[in-house]
Amino acid sequence: MPADLNLRLGLPGSDQTDVDAAKSNKRASPEKAEDTASNGVPAAKSADDHETAPAPKAQIVGWPPVKSYRKSTAAAVKKAEAESGMYVKVSMDGAPYLRKIDIKLYNGYSHLLTALEDMFKLSIEREGYKGSEYAPAYEDKDGDLMLVGDVPWEMFMSSCKRLRIMRGADARGLGCAQ
Amino acid sequence: MDPEPKKPEDSPSNSGNSHGPVHPQSPFPDEALEKVLSFVDSHKDRSSISLVRKDWYNAERWTRSKLFIGNCYAVSPEIVAKRFRRIKSVTLKGKPRFSDFNMLPLDWGADVYPWLVMFAKVYPFLEELRLKRMTITDEGLELLAKSFPCFKALSLSSCDGFTENGLKAIASHCRNLTEVNIQDSITEDVGGGWLSCFPENFSSLEILNFSSLNGDVNFDDLERLVSRCKLLRVLKVNESITLDELQRLLVHAPRLTELGTGSFLQELTPRQYEEIETAFCNCRNLQVLSGLWEATSVYLPLLYGACASLTFLNLSVATTLQSGEFAKFLAHCPNLRCLWVSDTVEDKGLEAVGLSCPLLEELRVYPADPYDRDHLDGVTELGFLAVSRGCPKLHYVLYFCRRMTNAAVVTIVQNCPNFTHFRLCIMTPSQPDYLTNEPMDEAFGAVVKTCPKIKRLSVSGLLTDRTFEYIGKYAKDLETLSVAFAGSSDWGMQCIMEGCPKLRKLEIRDCPFGDAALLSGREKYEMMRSLWMSACSVTMKGCRLLARESPRLNVEVIREEGGNEAQALKVYVYRSVAGPRQDAPPFVLTL
Repeated sequence: MPADLNLRLGLPGSDQTDVDAAKSNKRASPEKAEDTASNGVPAAKSADDHETAPAPKAQIVGWPPVKSYRKSTAAAVKKAEAESGMYVKVSMDGAPYLRKIDIKLYNGYSHLLTALEDMFKLSIEREGYKGSEYAPAYEDKDGDLMLVGDVPWEMFMSSCKRLRIMRGADARGLGCAQ
Repeated sequence: MDPEPKKPEDSPSNSGNSHGPVHPQSPFPDEALEKVLSFVDSHKDRSSISLVRKDWYNAERWTRSKLFIGNCYAVSPEIVAKRFRRIKSVTLKGKPRFSDFNMLPLDWGADVYPWLVMFAKVYPFLEELRLKRMTITDEGLELLAKSFPCFKALSLSSCDGFTENGLKAIASHCRNLTEVNIQDSITEDVGGGWLSCFPENFSSLEILNFSSLNGDVNFDDLERLVSRCKLLRVLKVNESITLDELQRLLVHAPRLTELGTGSFLQELTPRQYEEIETAFCNCRNLQVLSGLWEATSVYLPLLYGACASLTFLNLSVATTLQSGEFAKFLAHCPNLRCLWVSDTVEDKGLEAVGLSCPLLEELRVYPADPYDRDHLDGVTELGFLAVSRGCPKLHYVLYFCRRMTNAAVVTIVQNCPNFTHFRLCIMTPSQPDYLTNEPMDEAFGAVVKTCPKIKRLSVSGLLTDRTFEYIGKYAKDLETLSVAFAGSSDWGMQCIMEGCPKLRKLEIRDCPFGDAALLSGREKYEMMRSLWMSACSVTMKGCRLLARESPRLNVEVIREEGGNEAQALKVYVYRSVAGPRQDAPPFVLTL
């Protein structure tokens, strides 16, 4: 492919992208130096350059420089967990498309099931799946299909990879919930 | 005292007279010199004294009782044991500061055990041990507990490696303990059971700080301990202690000067409320207050009676505190000199600080939610400005904010030209002045130009080499500099290495400084405590060159998985008379 059809960051006519220049540790003149620091985070650009370095979105180790123990205050931990979100896909047998929910938003099974009922406009059996309505199942870390409700809520949150609302008839083999 | 010149043969320090140029005889007998020196406490002064002449060196080493070692690898236990014979108090610091932010692998080192073995042999009358960023194992704590019958004070700051078993040994064996302070030394394994191990007749405790402990504590045992230690003046409990439990403790210790509360969130009956309020009112000597986990407006008024003499208020973990209730609380603390808060108080809360705390000298604002990537909450330049307007004595600031402007900082330092410590952390890396979109160079330029006494500086935001030109040129008293995500080229770091005559500690991360920058400081590093450079453009070749040229420096590279072989991603350089580390783990290469 001809070089001039490549999309790159450099000025037209330059041979290397600025990123490449940084990786090979070649330095442009001090006023125009545009290096990426070795962990891939863009370093500051000079004042002549009107673009500013994009704020890195990934979590940077050790930044901001706050001591570990401060992270462990209860409120901060709760908030941090809330922030990260835990999105899983939800499929319903027979529905043409899937939905996605953040399990962290729910504080327990009944809250989750009520939300699913609202979302899919159906009724989910809570106790003893008799096969007449829908049963909630989920795929765990090992890829196995499990009935929702057997394990403590926290454990469910960390092991649930995907939710599946099964037609009652298919769920009979999964047995009782609580 | 009549200074009688002593004959050289009688003097124990007669070594200086037979070699080299003849020195005039010392006008002071050794005893006089030693007596005078016994009043000199500061290790810096003692260091200067020891350099004057040989007999002064000897008098100093015989009389030194407090040992301060700022970098445990700069010297060895053997060298220390040979020079000093009568040490009663030791302060040892280990890991580089960035280890607090998880930037050092576990098992990097700074284990105090070899030091303890030496102390047990040579300093049997050791009374105090103060460690910062060191590893101390249960084995070490047991050795400590059993080797020093006079042992009084243990202080562990940012330390790790121990479990509650080690603390149990201390509690059970040290009969004369006056201080047990584990501050911010958190490990998962440290429960509270050790507090129950103090013998029933043990009553000498004056300082007890277990505020960072994660586990529960047997309250009855704690209460009994507090009630029999009549000299207790500092008590900082952990979050597991409730308000009504705190009240019972306060009843036994009304003479506290420093108090760290437990959780401040509890359903109280009116009678409990009254009892706690009374208990606080009886604490008339309180100067320092901390803790207050989950404090809210409902119970803050409980504290009003204890605040009149408060000089240091630490609300940094009270992350549920909002600006309104904070402002009301501040109105009761007119004598505050030092304030640590969470940024949940926001700019409005800081305005209240400016209005209510005219004597304020130190302010620290910590982020309640440091990992929130958008940083929509917290404080801005407005809060800092408000404080600077109302608190002219301000000289120490640590400020985590989501945005800043050059103009604001220029005004701030004009309002408060006495800054000695200016640590500004704009939380998004490389963020420019949010109004002008320019680099923050002029802000830090203003700091160093306007504040001649600046000793410690942490810079942040979008910065070019210009910032470092300013710092190198104007910051003549600067001792500690922290730099992250800043600079444009080697020239930036060169300006620092060629300026800043008093620089002692330099820590740099994620900056485009390479080998030329590293090597520009080769003559300076021996006069500094240490240099840390991580995620910069330094190579192994550059490090080897530096190591070759400087035999009195330890140039260490920390190797991590998956790194380019030629790059030196984490470099730690420090002066040492002990040579390369004997205990370096396999991932630390000394060049």
